[in-house]
Amino acid sequence: MLAYALATGIIFGLYFALVGVGMNLVFGVMRIVNLAHGDFIMLGALGAFWLFRGLGLPPSAVVAISFAVFFLLGLPLYYLLVPRLFRAAEPEMLSLILFFGLSQVIEAAVAMLFGNAERSIPSRLLGGGPVPLLGQTVPFAWAYAAGISLLMLAGVYLYLYQSRIGRQTRAIMAQREEALAIGVDIHRICAIAFGVGAGLAAVAGVFAPFMLGSFTPSIGIPLDLTSFAVIVIGSLGNPLGTLLGGMIFGVSLMLMRTYLSSFADLLPNLVLIGVLLVRPTGLLGRAVRHA
Amino acid sequence: MRSGFLRDMALVVAPLLVLFAVLPSVYDNGLLLLNFVVFLVLAQGLNLSYGFSGYLPFGYVGFFGAGAYGFAMLVTLAAVPPVLAVAGGGAAALLVGLLLAPLLRLQGAYFGLASLAASEALLHLIANPNLQDVTGGPYGVKLTIPYAPRLTYGLALGILTFTMALVAWLRHSRFGLQLKAARDNPIAASMAGIDIVRGRLAVWLASALVAGLIGAVFAWQASTFFPEAVFDIGFSIFAIVFTLFGGAGTLAGPVLGVLLLYGLYNAIGVSAPQYFQLTYGLLIMALVLFFPDGLAAIPRAWARRGRLADG
Repeated sequence: MLAYALATGIIFGLYFALVGVGMNLVFGVMRIVNLAHGDFIMLGALGAFWLFRGLGLPPSAVVAISFAVFFLLGLPLYYLLVPRLFRAAEPEMLSLILFFGLSQVIEAAVAMLFGNAERSIPSRLLGGGPVPLLGQTVPFAWAYAAGISLLMLAGVYLYLYQSRIGRQTRAIMAQREEALAIGVDIHRICAIAFGVGAGLAAVAGVFAPFMLGSFTPSIGIPLDLTSFAVIVIGSLGNPLGTLLGGMIFGVSLMLMRTYLSSFADLLPNLVLIGVLLVRPTGLLGRAVRHA
Repeated sequence: MRSGFLRDMALVVAPLLVLFAVLPSVYDNGLLLLNFVVFLVLAQGLNLSYGFSGYLPFGYVGFFGAGAYGFAMLVTLAAVPPVLAVAGGGAAALLVGLLLAPLLRLQGAYFGLASLAASEALLHLIANPNLQDVTGGPYGVKLTIPYAPRLTYGLALGILTFTMALVAWLRHSRFGLQLKAARDNPIAASMAGIDIVRGRLAVWLASALVAGLIGAVFAWQASTFFPEAVFDIGFSIFAIVFTLFGGAGTLAGPVLGVLLLYGLYNAIGVSAPQYFQLTYGLLIMALVLFFPDGLAAIPRAWARRGRLADG
């Protein structure tokens, strides 16, 4: 039972890392908290719902289409919102409010257009049967989602560490002013990072109906809290720390569900507060605090 | 300092109190009026923390819920007289505020979301089925004390007066000025000999206290409630949006925010929640993008523009 709980914890940990990584990338590069991230995930789930059930596309096509569409939607959204935000005195605090507003708009619009119903996707649409694991089985959808999550995280690594744009992105993360001074086109690089963040959220959304069972227009804020817990444990602003955060979160969630299920809801909150108090910059963070 | 404080009290606090004292005799929806006062207190209480120390607690509702549960448990388990139990609710919130004081080491978004996590943790603790004998667990609280709408409304107005007097005092006192200095530039302020930690802790606890007091009054008025109802993150969100909409750090701003937006909410939010949510979201976005300092800053911005045009 322990080994099975650990194994499913790792599967869910990989998925939670994917849920959080987009928000973390946006925070790391722009120092803004995208509270509409959870709603991007919800929209991704809605899109997948139509692509799977309406058009009957194979899962790999659904993932690719979702990423591309949300990447392209993220670019204009960045130019619409973020440059204006940076003219204010406290962009970080105001971003919480601005993106909360966006999240409300998305949630209301989806509820008005498509209704408040709870939706799910039958997991047979992903194909494959139950996958044996340590004498028990896990649904094929879980294994598939964990695989895609790992692939997407590897993609984020290649983007950040093996490409020219990624080098410029990391320059902005380290020192925005100096990146500007050496001629980095800040808005272009930030817009790309914002688009990638939206694309990653959409891919997480594709698997949300399978991993969470179902989805409604109002899952955005709870997903934001999960993402935030995951990325703070790893370390805010360090996209690869998200993988560690997701693992810790997933494994402890599964252990709690197995052994102490009535307290399982408490866990993400307690882990978040605990990590913040012991290491305010997250487990992989560098000390950057002032005063 | 004294003249500015008295001017604020005379021009903003007194008219508002007269308005809310007279309203019950011409308008008979007492519950709605009490809710307006509750949100006025929460907005001004949040203003104490955000407006003067820059800490924006997304989990502000945690204090409200702690006050409601502190009140309910004192009344049901210890048979404390309700008026005293309201003070006990304030004390419960104060205690939670002290427990969470280490969070003040965090900054910006970290603090905001950590406080939200703290409030959620408190909710899950109280709503836990294992604690059903103490808190009522997921089934909530059912109070058997007499319903006293005039008394609860009077208490709520008293708490509102206290909260707004605190804000007015901070706006015009040396202590308030020190806080603002610490908010705008903590390093320079501490070099100038200001005890930043003490100041922040003081407004944090004051902000917790008023939310707990009004939470207790709310619990008395409601008499039956579920844990989710008094720990609803909607309270935090409303308080934050009302305060920022009007203008944090001002006295009249949060009042304007509550009267306009909570009015709008009651006009259309109840019958058509989705249209309200949409309008609300768009309003918040427009506010942040075009008037990041709130409504109260618009006349000032115009005045500055006028001066520039003349000069």
